[in-house]
Amino acid sequence: MANDIAAAFGHLPDEQAAEAVAGHIQRFWDPRMRARLAEFVDGGAEGLSPVIVAALRPAGRTDGTAGD
Amino acid sequence: MTLLKEPDFGTPERPGEPTVSVEVDGLPVAVPEGTSVMRAAALAGIDIPKLCATDSLDAFGSCRLCVVEIDGRRGTPASCTTPAADGMRVRTQTPKVEKLRQGVMELYLSDHPLDCLTCPANGDCELQDMAGVVGLRQVRYGYEGENHLDAEADRSNPYFDFDPSKCIVCSRCVRACGEVQGTFALTIEGRGFDSKVSPGAGELFMDSECVSCGACVQACPTSTLQERSVVELGMPTRSVVTTCAYCGVGCSFKAELRGDELVRMVPYKDGGANEGHSCVKGRFAFGYATHPDRVLKPMVRERITDPWREVEWEEAIRTVARGMRSIQERHGSGAIGAITSSRCTNEEVYVVQKMVRAAFGNNNVDTCARVCHSPTGYGLKQTFGESAGTQDFRSVAQADVIVVIGANPTDGHPVFASRMKRRLREGARLVVIDPRRIDLVRSPHIEAAHHLQLTPSTNVAVINAMAHVVVTEDLVDKSFVADRCEGFAEWAEFVSRPENSPEATESITRVPSEELRAAARLYARAPNGAIYYGLGVTEHSQGSTMVMGMANLAMACGNIGRDGVGVNPLRGQNNVQGSCDMGSFPHEFTGYRHVSDDAVRTVFEDLWGRTILAEPGLRIPNMFDAAIDGSFRGLFVHGEDIAQSDPNLKHVTAALEAMELVVVQDLFLNETAKFAHVFLPGASFLEKDGTFTNAERRVNRVRAVMKPKTGKHEWQIVCEIAAAMGYPMEYDHPGQIMDEIAQVTPTFRGISYASLDKLGSIQWPCNEEAPEGTPTMHVDEFVRGKGRFVVTTYLPTNERTTSRFPLVLTTGRILSQYNVGAQTRRTGNVAWHPEDLLELHPHDAEVRGIGDGDMVTLTSRVGETTLRARVSDRMPPGVVYTTFHHPVTGANVVTTENSDWATNCPEYKVTAVQVGLAHPLAGRAADRVQDDRHAVVD
Repeated sequence: MANDIAAAFGHLPDEQAAEAVAGHIQRFWDPRMRARLAEFVDGGAEGLSPVIVAALRPAGRTDGTAGD
Repeated sequence: MTLLKEPDFGTPERPGEPTVSVEVDGLPVAVPEGTSVMRAAALAGIDIPKLCATDSLDAFGSCRLCVVEIDGRRGTPASCTTPAADGMRVRTQTPKVEKLRQGVMELYLSDHPLDCLTCPANGDCELQDMAGVVGLRQVRYGYEGENHLDAEADRSNPYFDFDPSKCIVCSRCVRACGEVQGTFALTIEGRGFDSKVSPGAGELFMDSECVSCGACVQACPTSTLQERSVVELGMPTRSVVTTCAYCGVGCSFKAELRGDELVRMVPYKDGGANEGHSCVKGRFAFGYATHPDRVLKPMVRERITDPWREVEWEEAIRTVARGMRSIQERHGSGAIGAITSSRCTNEEVYVVQKMVRAAFGNNNVDTCARVCHSPTGYGLKQTFGESAGTQDFRSVAQADVIVVIGANPTDGHPVFASRMKRRLREGARLVVIDPRRIDLVRSPHIEAAHHLQLTPSTNVAVINAMAHVVVTEDLVDKSFVADRCEGFAEWAEFVSRPENSPEATESITRVPSEELRAAARLYARAPNGAIYYGLGVTEHSQGSTMVMGMANLAMACGNIGRDGVGVNPLRGQNNVQGSCDMGSFPHEFTGYRHVSDDAVRTVFEDLWGRTILAEPGLRIPNMFDAAIDGSFRGLFVHGEDIAQSDPNLKHVTAALEAMELVVVQDLFLNETAKFAHVFLPGASFLEKDGTFTNAERRVNRVRAVMKPKTGKHEWQIVCEIAAAMGYPMEYDHPGQIMDEIAQVTPTFRGISYASLDKLGSIQWPCNEEAPEGTPTMHVDEFVRGKGRFVVTTYLPTNERTTSRFPLVLTTGRILSQYNVGAQTRRTGNVAWHPEDLLELHPHDAEVRGIGDGDMVTLTSRVGETTLRARVSDRMPPGVVYTTFHHPVTGANVVTTENSDWATNCPEYKVTAVQVGLAHPLAGRAADRVQDDRHAVVD
């Protein structure tokens, strides 16, 4: 699902895509889902789009909170 | 015919200002040009006798009862076919016309059974009425001559009888079938005295093309076409105007009763959505409301393997409240939630989401629109700024080109389809984008200019290719785009890329490039181009992308903001729009305002007296996942059957089995109730007061025609659960709930039961700026200011056909059944569709050795079912289709968990499957179907 969201914003430059993905996840996902995704990212993010990783770790954040 | 008589002006209204002045029996009246003398007279308050005329049909001039005298004109012209002319002086009652009318009536009655006292139409018969009006006192010709009195009745239809002995051959039924319904199933067979109404060449109604919409029954001025319920129960004695509880068209009906027994449903002429028309479901399929399968007492059980135990309401409500609180104490406040229903009223949906947010203390509320039109909400909000369709249904009458994408209106939205077909007969051009050759592609007097028979899952590639043509062939409405939109340049560059051309996408979509180019040009060059779409758009992994793609195309062509254009979702259930409007998405309050918006949240917190979480809750598929991982343990399911309707049923049932407390509120013990611990009996729409909001944002009143058979209103039950959980929600009447909705929702500010009673229905937004509602959206500017073009990259679905699963399954509905069939399977409608069928192309059938009617297995990566095959060249090779109306088939056993990236709407329309002949013992499945059918209708 997260990869699908990243793909949908794939036409944007990386930074904008990460911002859009972060905004979408923040707006539509329940916090426990966001936390689980963040755990997955922290656990290595295997198979996850780099855009998602960038979205969840803006400027070195690792707490799983999506960017603004 | 109907008990509650609405004014009938004899011939249809003509558009325009009244510029023609005539005098009728000395009374002056001004009418628009083209108005008939009959209508002008009626407007002056003078009803001219008539039998073949009615204002829902064009004038016919056959009965000769409406003759008048006109000064300066010879003879006695029929007033229905004579246009009023300026300065005309008409006399409707002269000795000459009186004598003529009496003579005509004598002839009619000389060949008509005079069993008025025992006739089911006694007191509701226009022939009877007209005999009185013309002052008939004798029939000089006797009754011994040649006649039709022994003609045999056709009782093949489950809902109405056809008794030709009573027919006066006025052709109203034939004309209604053609003009109003657009089916052209009826004809006048024979000539002269042998003329008779016939459903095809010597066919019975049941074997004919008749779709049982009831237009003929309604039009019949005698008892020739008569509801079986009137024959059996007698003439109704009272009438209540209410709203149909089936599809999203939202037809208004007069519920006609004897005491508290519903006799018939008659479409209401003043109904804004249907204007006097109906389909077989709304008109006739109401018997489920009194079906013996209905559960009327609350029931509880400890485990789902235990038998149910009937309890009083108090115990049931206490059990729910204690259970939910207990789960929260042990697993956290987010461990419970609710699903609202698009079959319930706005008021019921509102109180459920309020209960979740205020009493449960979380935002874990979602609605069944999640699995149908959630991409509509997302896509239209992103582009236009409002999560709703742009037009009213009447708008289609102004369309010059109509594009139907992923919708089958003749089956799914039949009353709107009749409007659309009328416009197509008038000359509008049609483009159908659908893998199947749906009826609209070619039916009597209708043929699509283009049928883009695309491969399922390639909608976005098709819409991008159409946009490519519009941009590269300079068909853009430049001034519209410049004045009203943003983001055009980036989008135009995107769609202009070679990979989006019709030629490049042809190998993906299978749509011939020249055909696609022609369709795109047709739409773009139309003075008014309108798009109508359905679940064939939304139920894809790119459903939201496709909605935005259609919005892009409409904006590029300037087809937004006036009559005859727009982007219009055809909503499945009656209150899909309303359930979304009412704040039952986990991230939004009423009016589509995000829970994180502090100002909005404060409004609700102040009024409700509770702190509301600023974070979104779980969506339905997330609830299932969370149930399986143990973090979600209690679910209140209001009026939905998720164990039949949702995808990948194994996953759904595993989630339901994993929960500690499942509460189901419904009319019947449905498939979901098999996993429930508490069953709260619901009320049918006939027992409800409230409102439904249809696909055109029209808020219609639902009025109770009888008390709830369970003893409680559904909104009351919800409020009592909330109160038992420590949060009182006190209302005396659903009108107070609507008042609260209006208080907290800017788009509903002007809506109240009083305003609805006054105006009949109201399309939101209704507020200070639009006190009588908004039929057309985005007229001068978009709700979000500028319409926003969004880049819609085509991304293939993850679902792939392989040698093991080489076919693609799509699903949809059929006219006579409704969604999971809980209601329609409990009516006479099973006569048309007793089981789900798998349609497949003759080639696909032949290579598998499958014949028409064989039982076959349908297998996907996630499940398997058995059903009967129908070999049909409506399907393209490689694509198979079925419905999901019957639990015995459980078509969603095979659908996957793929879903729309933005909204989680399941990808019901694309499942890779294999089909094979079933083992001979699978014939037993057919027997089960038969058993099921008998069980529900006996």
